[in-house]
Amino acid sequence: MPDGNHGPFEPRIVAFFCNWCTYLASDLAGTSRMKYAPNTRVVRVMCSGRVDPQFVLDAFARGADGVLIGGCHPGDCHYQEGNYKMLRRFHLLKRLLAQMGIEDERCRLEWISAAEADKLKAAVNDMVEKVRALGPLHLAIPKEEFAEEEVAVS
Amino acid sequence: MTKPKVAFYWCAACGGCEETVVDLAEQILDVVAAVDIVFWPVALDFKRKDVEAMPDKSIAACFLNGAIRTTEQEEMAHLLRRKSQTLLAFGSCAQLGGIPGLANLWQRESVLERVYQECPSNVNLDGVRPSRQYRDNGHSVTLPTLFDTVLTLDQVVDVDYYVPGCPPTPKLLLEAVQALLGGNLPPKGAVLAPDHALCEECPRKDTRPDKLMLTEFKRPHEALIDEEKCLMAQGLLCMGPATRGGCEALCVKGNMPCTGCFGPTSRVKDSGAKALSAFASLVNSNDEKEIAGILGNIADPVGTFYRYSLPSSLLRRKRVEA
Amino acid sequence: MQEPSERGSRASRVGVFVCHCGTNIAGTVDVCRLVEYAGTLPGVALAREYKYMCSDPGQELIQQEIREHGLDRVVVAACSPCLHEKTFRTATAKGGLNAYHFQMVNIREHDSWVHEDKDAALEKAKDLVRAAVRRVRLHQALETKRASINPDVLVVGGGIAGIHAALTLANAGKHVYLVEREPTIGGHMAKFDKTFPTLDCAACILTPKMTAVKAHPNITLWTLSEVTRVEGYVGNYQVNVTRKPRYVLEDLCVGCLECIEACVYQQAKVLDEFNLGLGKRKPIYIPFPQAVPLLVVIDPETCIEFKSHKCKKTCVEICGERNAIDFEQQDRTETIEVGTIILGTGFKVFDARRIPYYGYGTYPNVYTSLELERLVNASGPTGGEVVLRDGRTPKSVGIIHCVGSRDAHTNRYCSRVCCMYSLKLAHLIKEKTEADVYNFYIDMRTPGKGFEEFYNRVAEEGLKLVRGKVADVYPEGNGDGRLVLQVEDTLLGMVRKVPVDMVVLSVGLEAQADAQEVRRMFNITCAGEGFFLERHPKLAPVNTFTDGIFLAGCCQSPKDIPDTVAQAGAAAAEALALIDAGSIEMEPNTAYVLEEVCSGCKTCIPMCPYSAISFLEDKKKAEINEVLCKGCGTCVAACPSGSIRQNLFEDEEIFEEIEGVLTYA
Repeated sequence: MPDGNHGPFEPRIVAFFCNWCTYLASDLAGTSRMKYAPNTRVVRVMCSGRVDPQFVLDAFARGADGVLIGGCHPGDCHYQEGNYKMLRRFHLLKRLLAQMGIEDERCRLEWISAAEADKLKAAVNDMVEKVRALGPLHLAIPKEEFAEEEVAVS
Repeated sequence: MTKPKVAFYWCAACGGCEETVVDLAEQILDVVAAVDIVFWPVALDFKRKDVEAMPDKSIAACFLNGAIRTTEQEEMAHLLRRKSQTLLAFGSCAQLGGIPGLANLWQRESVLERVYQECPSNVNLDGVRPSRQYRDNGHSVTLPTLFDTVLTLDQVVDVDYYVPGCPPTPKLLLEAVQALLGGNLPPKGAVLAPDHALCEECPRKDTRPDKLMLTEFKRPHEALIDEEKCLMAQGLLCMGPATRGGCEALCVKGNMPCTGCFGPTSRVKDSGAKALSAFASLVNSNDEKEIAGILGNIADPVGTFYRYSLPSSLLRRKRVEA
Repeated sequence: MQEPSERGSRASRVGVFVCHCGTNIAGTVDVCRLVEYAGTLPGVALAREYKYMCSDPGQELIQQEIREHGLDRVVVAACSPCLHEKTFRTATAKGGLNAYHFQMVNIREHDSWVHEDKDAALEKAKDLVRAAVRRVRLHQALETKRASINPDVLVVGGGIAGIHAALTLANAGKHVYLVEREPTIGGHMAKFDKTFPTLDCAACILTPKMTAVKAHPNITLWTLSEVTRVEGYVGNYQVNVTRKPRYVLEDLCVGCLECIEACVYQQAKVLDEFNLGLGKRKPIYIPFPQAVPLLVVIDPETCIEFKSHKCKKTCVEICGERNAIDFEQQDRTETIEVGTIILGTGFKVFDARRIPYYGYGTYPNVYTSLELERLVNASGPTGGEVVLRDGRTPKSVGIIHCVGSRDAHTNRYCSRVCCMYSLKLAHLIKEKTEADVYNFYIDMRTPGKGFEEFYNRVAEEGLKLVRGKVADVYPEGNGDGRLVLQVEDTLLGMVRKVPVDMVVLSVGLEAQADAQEVRRMFNITCAGEGFFLERHPKLAPVNTFTDGIFLAGCCQSPKDIPDTVAQAGAAAAEALALIDAGSIEMEPNTAYVLEEVCSGCKTCIPMCPYSAISFLEDKKKAEINEVLCKGCGTCVAACPSGSIRQNLFEDEEIFEEIEGVLTYA
């Protein structure tokens, strides 16, 4: 992937996929030879319930333009309710991200079952497009510059 | 034998940390007997030039409180770092950014506008703003400039130890001084407080039910708070589970929930994210709308979860559009 | 800020092995450049490539390099870890390292197979390898845990799949619980007359197996029973089976059937489910003469005693001292412990009413193929005579293929068996009625042993084959019940209107209506069409993603009897392999509490769906029971003081991975 300095902007998306549904959907997309945007990097976790909001913030802080979390459909969690725990966190996390100026489209939670390779493909492509439209996240703190200000006289 | 030299300094802070030193009460005499205070602007008349004149590393330990948000504070941090063998970030602001760190939700311009112009309690008809150069009656002074982003001390200089708290308790200060004098310090970078969460030392610990799930979040003014019962069990957002212990549950003993001033344990990278994760996970619903409703009463997630720690969080500040 | 505490230092002699997978990977990802890049990463002592890393020489290479170069960690960039993680962990262990000092990078399913841009694919591979290298340097040595396997097996579903699996296991000396929700085992196969392509009689080959099930000392057969709860894990499942009342005591009924004769209903008046409503039965009945167990059953919906409590109870009278009838019987739940489970829950046929223009349910002379199976069956409602509802013998019959299959409006998939059974039905109808039989097909699909030969044979018998999808079925208009099929004959290139006396809809196979609930209960997955998903379409076709639960027959996908039996045998073999091994390796990804720093805040306790976390009242700390923990890591993410960790998914390891994929070279 280009480093962002040359060529068109290519979003960098970190994807946290649960082992039992979305990771397998990703495998199925592979065995089905579906083609989708090459911008995601999957970090495998056993359950979406393992996704600590720290991971999401860390990804953004380290340069991700988007974070995609993939879990089993509600009611289908391999561990019964892990995805609901993630859903609860996600709600509050999104509000926090909004306060921090990070757009809604940059952080997504998708329920994608092991059989839904097409949904995986669509979700990745859609997210890449939306994040591409938003442009780079650029979280880096701008260097402080102090203009020589006007001299005020009382 | 000369006594070890000690310095105290404050940057962007409220002054509460200085109170901690005063709150040592008669024990301050023991401290003064053991050390030589060479710099303490709030109490003793030393100037910056006095510090500049000291040989490098001649101060044994400098307790620096407050966040860094002006050019002057940055310069003083560098100066004191150079002159001190051990530099301690003293209190939440120096360690985590503290309450002033919440300014990282805005930018310098909006902060100045709010403080000098919009604030309803201001009388500033001419809309005067602080400026870098000030000239009056033939004299001119250069004022420090406010940063766009509030920084923690260790984002500016190398820090040896951290003493947490808003403010730190006198007990922690005394322990830190004793550790310094006795030379029995933990590895560099340590926080000089226990590494467990506050619940460990909370007098109400036993009253929390084993399987507590949350159906509402109340703010302290919305509840008649029981003085015995776990505050979480009363629907209050008590940051105790996500906050380092060491204060001996001062706020809880005052019947108020912990707000997190001691920051996270060493095992947590981002205290706000971790606290958010814990509390949200306990919401007793699997329905999206209901979840939103229950969490809705947390009016200000950033202010709640990063009350003392926004500049030290992973995101550090609200995003500045490029 | 201070970094989270780290345990130990980073390993510094990582070996990276990149697999070409023939051209599967190397065709898209420039393996040479990837290896070259991997060699430059901090901590990497050596990077190698090989054509097929999973082959014996590939695994040998890993072991040899570990020994020769003193490697301390191994990264293999190849296919999905779901496929070969175990292979390479074993190779790592054989090379002398701890098996978990290994990390796998998926550059095939997640990269070379899904991307066309070779530069982008290479960059992605580099990022993923870099992340894995960073992560693996923190990996801790772990011990493999083993779970013992209870040798008892649960087989769910008493169709041919369940029957065959149960018998295979029972013959191998294992105790099997066979649970069937209908009053008899036999499933769909028991309804068929002849089976393609050999035309041997279904009953002749099935009923001996059904009887064998009943007689087998190792099989506990529970009919009218459903699994209602499944807990535990591979080797140690606890299962509740709810046994519905038969109102006839199994131990006492001898199957003399005199009670049926004696029923106050002189005539059979109730539509008979087994015959799909084409015949009638009494409220006390047996589903069919060869039912197993051969016990009568009372239908409380139609039995007068249940409705009015005023029946003369002639059935009880005739049963006499045997006293086998018990109107008071209630649901009861049995709890059993098994080590492995085989699901053979079968299929349901497509509901032909969903395609209204074929007129099923509107025109009496439109039948489904399953109804035809009953009509041609000698023990069916007509004694094997193919007659219309008004008793006439049809002179012409139109069989429409692909009803509810290969159709964007219903099911896109091919149901696999319809072409063959349609040919079989055509042959049988012709044999019995000498009618003109038309088969309307889209494509004739006859792949299978003896299938094409069968097609040729039936075609030579004078079968009329029309290639085209029937667009409409409507009455001829003169009120004699004849129907017209309108079809575009794609071979002749014209629209034809074919009048017939009888229309047979070759309905496809669908997942059971309750497949979703069943899958949730057993913690397995359904594919998009609703059939249970196998672990791997080729290499683990009867396994599921839940260890110890296997699939057989049409619950996995539509298939014919030979394939079902083969799959049932395979599922039984998989279960036997586990049982005979005595134990299974468990992924050591359990969570654990750092007791010294746990504050006892109890946040974690309600997180665990398995009640694996308890609060130690004496120490005021949380504790995780390793045996009960399944390794989801939800408590780890929720612990507000970072005092719960997870083997294989430690916070630091994941943070390294995140940093790894985002740090640009």
